[in-house]
Amino acid sequence: MTWRQRLSRWDVKSAPYLYIAPFFLLFALVGLFPLLYTGWVALNKWSLVKGNQGFIGLANFQYVLAQPRFWDGVTNTFSIFLLSSVPQIFLAIGIAAVLNANLRAKTFWRMGVLVPYVVAPVAVSLVFGKLFADESGVVNAILTNIGLDPIGWHSNRFWSHVAIATMVNFRWTGYNTLIFLAAMQAIPNDVIEASIVDGANRWQSFFSVTVPMLRPTIIFVVITSTIGGLQIFDEPRLFDNFSLGGPDREWMTVTMYLYELGWNVQKNLGRSAAVAWLLFLIIVIFALINYAITRRIASSDTRPNRKALVK
Amino acid sequence: MSSVASAHQLAGAGAGRAAARRRRRSQMTEGQRRPGWVTYTLLSLVILISVIPLYYAFLLSSSTAGDIARNPIPSPIPQGHFFENVMRVLNSGIGFWGAIGNSVIVSVVTAFLVVFFSTLAGYSFAKLQFRGRNGLLAFVIGTMAVPTQLGIIPLFIIMSNLGWSGKLIAVIVPGAVTAFGVFWMTQYLSEALPYELIEAARVDGCSMIRTFWHVALPAARPAAAMLALFTFVGSWTNFFWPFIVLGSSNPTLPVALQLLQASYFKDMSLIMAGVVLATLPLLALFAVAGRHLVSGIMAGAVKG
Repeated sequence: MTWRQRLSRWDVKSAPYLYIAPFFLLFALVGLFPLLYTGWVALNKWSLVKGNQGFIGLANFQYVLAQPRFWDGVTNTFSIFLLSSVPQIFLAIGIAAVLNANLRAKTFWRMGVLVPYVVAPVAVSLVFGKLFADESGVVNAILTNIGLDPIGWHSNRFWSHVAIATMVNFRWTGYNTLIFLAAMQAIPNDVIEASIVDGANRWQSFFSVTVPMLRPTIIFVVITSTIGGLQIFDEPRLFDNFSLGGPDREWMTVTMYLYELGWNVQKNLGRSAAVAWLLFLIIVIFALINYAITRRIASSDTRPNRKALVK
Repeated sequence: MSSVASAHQLAGAGAGRAAARRRRRSQMTEGQRRPGWVTYTLLSLVILISVIPLYYAFLLSSSTAGDIARNPIPSPIPQGHFFENVMRVLNSGIGFWGAIGNSVIVSVVTAFLVVFFSTLAGYSFAKLQFRGRNGLLAFVIGTMAVPTQLGIIPLFIIMSNLGWSGKLIAVIVPGAVTAFGVFWMTQYLSEALPYELIEAARVDGCSMIRTFWHVALPAARPAAAMLALFTFVGSWTNFFWPFIVLGSSNPTLPVALQLLQASYFKDMSLIMAGVVLATLPLLALFAVAGRHLVSGIMAGAVKG
């Protein structure tokens, strides 16, 4: 074998690994290693300023789990998450169904729905923060004008969650709409026509044919919005200008608490890392529960129907 | 007589047209039928809701702080103080010019790196044979479900030790690879790039890297453009990590916006001018390339 052939063979063998190497090296450095190392930081007394001051076992976890604020954060996060994800998925499926018609100027409507996606969450928060201002906000002004009582968006826990969930829904509904629209367009037309020939009206065929066939997409959207939604930070952080999540931490989320422990008040990265790990566990558990529930809901009563229709 | 006949004819013709229309409609399948005005009204409403908050931000940014304090519901006509407020933002001491520059650099460089590394890895996964390919690809896809944001504390420690805190490189490097990008390019190249082309280049004596450069890269262009667009939007709007690692000394636009809110919270005309300033470049990009963003999401994108 000439050296040239040898070189060429080495080239063929090594090239695939060389091409995937940048991803794996960088991901190991900035993704995987930090995620695992968080576990180690959480087991140490670790100050933002002084660095690692020694192993202390589970003390950080004990501290965090004993803080009412941590549990406030968990409750708030779940409340905001549910208030945003649930309506968002229903809205997105509904709007996708409307967009799925044979529209004139399709691209225009699709782009219109997507406009909020290019607005930064921080910008969305500032705009909606002003819309939902207690004294000088548009929403309360409208409420008073039609004779209702103004709402304490920053004093009532539930309403603050509604306001923050509205910001999330504003940014993400259009995005999820397009994902559902793509899934709807992949449903073959004859399946829907078959259901109509069999005597289903449009509503019936939508609920017993279209929605069940969206199952994988629904699972996908639920899982991604769980991962993103439970880490929510930007919107509640900027909901008022003190950035602590309200006088009584009405809208402080877990990630805000993580920031507060690590960088803001205590400068204690160990405790902050304990929060990160607990949040990671919560996300994993919740994503699995969600997966199980969505699978069941979307498959239980509708499967036989679909089979009957296709037959 | 003739008038009656013509009336009959007219009616007949009308009825005939209507019948023809009915026939056509019944021949149309469900998917081909044109929707009625209800559909368009509903969609217009949805788009109005998407756009109104942005228009509201623009209205406030063209008013004075005093006007905003007097009337919670602003006049629907812009008031003409927009450029004045924009100048106040730019000269506010928050470092808005620097923030604009930082956001442009971070977003452009990140998009470029993500596209390059993803195409390289995607090409390898889609078209090259090597041991462990399936396992490694499954690993890449698996990492898409891991919330990397939770590794933020060690990442911060790493950046501090490297002396990168407060520097743009601390934002660019962690954003330079995404599992989604690799997955996206793998999917695209496995369909869009025929093996024959690669073999032809190899037979002609191209080295592996020249084959990648001259055959795979050009074939990857459409998917690469979409990935670049997504990455650009993602890093332009990103807040949490830049906020932690850059701090207030060297902000990107979202970080500068939050500084603006912290320092000028009573002056809504100024803050909203900042919002408009941070949003306009992306709206312009969206006007030009929005259809690609739409088709990218429809092809199955993942939230960034």
